Amino acid sequence: MTRLMRSLEVLRSKGDRALICYLMAGDPTPARAAEIVVAVAEAGADVIELGIPFSDPLADGPSIQAAGQRALNAGTTVPVCLDIVRQVRRTADTPIVLMTYLNPILSYGLQRFAADAADAGADGAILVDLTPDEAEEWQEAAAAAGLGTVFLLAPTSTPERIRLVGRLCTGFVYCVARTGVTGARVDLPPDLPELLARVRAETDRPVGVGFGISTPEQVRTVAELADGVIVGSALVNVVAEAGDSPDAASAAAELVRSLKAGTRRA
Amino acid sequence: MPDALMPDARGHFGAFGGRYVPETLVPALDELLATYLACREDAAFLARLADIQRDYVGRPTPLYHARRLGDKVGCDVYLKREDLCHTGAHKINNALGQALVAKRMGKPRVIAETGAGQHGVATATACALLDLRCDVYMGEEDIRRQALNVHRMHLLGARVLPVTSGTRTLKDATNEAMRDWVANVRDTHYIVGSVVGPHPFPMIVRDFQSIIGREARAQFSEAMGRLPSVVTACVGGGSNAMGMFHAFVPDAGVRLVGVEAAGRGVETGEHCATLSVGRPGVLHGSRSYLLQDGDGQVLPSHSISAGLDYPGVGPEHSHMKETGRAEYVSVTDDEALVGFQMLSRTEGIIPALESSHAIANLAALAPTVPSGGSVLLCLSGRGDKDMETAVSALGLGNALNGGQR
Ligand SMILES: Cc1ncc(COP(=O)(O)O)c(C=O)c1O
Repeated sequence: MTRLMRSLEVLRSKGDRALICYLMAGDPTPARAAEIVVAVAEAGADVIELGIPFSDPLADGPSIQAAGQRALNAGTTVPVCLDIVRQVRRTADTPIVLMTYLNPILSYGLQRFAADAADAGADGAILVDLTPDEAEEWQEAAAAAGLGTVFLLAPTSTPERIRLVGRLCTGFVYCVARTGVTGARVDLPPDLPELLARVRAETDRPVGVGFGISTPEQVRTVAELADGVIVGSALVNVVAEAGDSPDAASAAAELVRSLKAGTRRA
Repeated sequence: MPDALMPDARGHFGAFGGRYVPETLVPALDELLATYLACREDAAFLARLADIQRDYVGRPTPLYHARRLGDKVGCDVYLKREDLCHTGAHKINNALGQALVAKRMGKPRVIAETGAGQHGVATATACALLDLRCDVYMGEEDIRRQALNVHRMHLLGARVLPVTSGTRTLKDATNEAMRDWVANVRDTHYIVGSVVGPHPFPMIVRDFQSIIGREARAQFSEAMGRLPSVVTACVGGGSNAMGMFHAFVPDAGVRLVGVEAAGRGVETGEHCATLSVGRPGVLHGSRSYLLQDGDGQVLPSHSISAGLDYPGVGPEHSHMKETGRAEYVSVTDDEALVGFQMLSRTEGIIPALESSHAIANLAALAPTVPSGGSVLLCLSGRGDKDMETAVSALGLGNALNGGQR
């Protein structure tokens, strides 16, 4: 995942943090989604996490559930998502990490997906319900295709599991900030510094933190602890409010600009 | 409890099972596995469980020779009367076992998903008995069609949380229960209601349900001096079937037949005949047969019986289908309603609509039973909860008064 690693390295050397922006591919429509991704990249997102919709997203809260449903209703499939990546690649070089659940990828074929995703210009993939314990075949497929693999860490992860995940992630470690599903929250979890300290003690990988981070203030706070700050539901909500209109891209870009301020060195 | 040959240490039944969950849950599943394995070896735990099974659940449940039913369908039939368990279905066997494990883990709160409401009622009952807080997720559609069980859960002190996403049935209730568990995993145990979910659930639920088959096998061979030719049960997630089948797996001469719900007919797409027409995939934490479209999206299911209305199935069933140790067939809503009435009229036993699927398949099974052979059927539950559904489907009401003997 060289493009991803390079981009994280460049940020690190400047003392900046990465702003990692989650968007649902195909929401509100595949064509609109490609516009939104490009706008978000141009507005300063350092990494794009592009969700591939799944009918039963059991780690997601209401915002991303609804976004996935809108995308499915608009006919979004794995090939459609890869097409969006290809379209974005015509104008933007921002690293893209695909994020979804295992079943759509199993159905598409692990090897075929890894090869096609890399070919479309994706840099990595996260399968939310695939932990390192069951990931052997997936990792082989991804490695063969040159696609990065990112796994999740959680507040409940033991030191052994933090080491395991750190070893198997190519790029960054995705640290889930709280026990719970995705979705904007009013407060950051109070034990976040302690969680990051536990993670740092076991791995020297760059750490991205997500789940429940939505405002520029929250981004600023988390940026002091982590290498990357992941914002999902807040962006997805802005897209939802705009509906199927050109405003979606500009509204998302505006939010990204305000969030990005929080990850630059003060 | 039986010595489990399967699954392997990581929860695989051949190519099926395993553990496909968000990272947050992995430590909780490890803790559950360790605690459960300790319980399984602990004489005090096993003694407590045996006491509760005898004095509270009412085990052993009877094995009943259903002669008039047998005459009607054309083969010798024995019913394992799980409908006579406390709370009216086999679900209590698992709920009590897991509630005891939750107690041992020191988790004060329990959650569950429910379709027909039987697992919800069983869990609420176990939580009342063992003084645990209890929240049950139930789809809005099921709350409507199983209203009686909602009242029972309330009375037992549980909260019933309506689920409005997706098809508003068991699949979506399971999604919500999983989301709750991810958020509250430190103080909450999730009592999964069937032989589904991530390892170790399919093994734990099977073990707690396997008392059905152990009792039935002993009762049958004592009464008859031989084993049945066929053992059969309905399959939703597959817990009553697996509980019934497990003791017979080594008996190569005994056919195991699971009966799925064909809903309005498998050709209509409105069914939940997962093993009959699905293909392998991953849902709710394990790899198993699954009803899904060509893009790997899970399909909505349909059955007249809420307890079978689920697009997945337990991984050990997938393995037994693959190895050929068990066969799986399906019957439609209409056929199940015929079975429902037939058992009521011939034996004076009103079965659950779920169990009615297994009854309905007897007629098809009968010609394949060797002469002198018998069918052993798991009567998984009683039909009180289904009165409204059945009355509206059959157009009974007063019109039926007096019957059609
Ligand atoms: C009476 C009865 N039988 C069968 C089932 C189906 O579940 P399983 O296949 O796990 O036995 C249910 C589920 O609610 C039930 O209530």
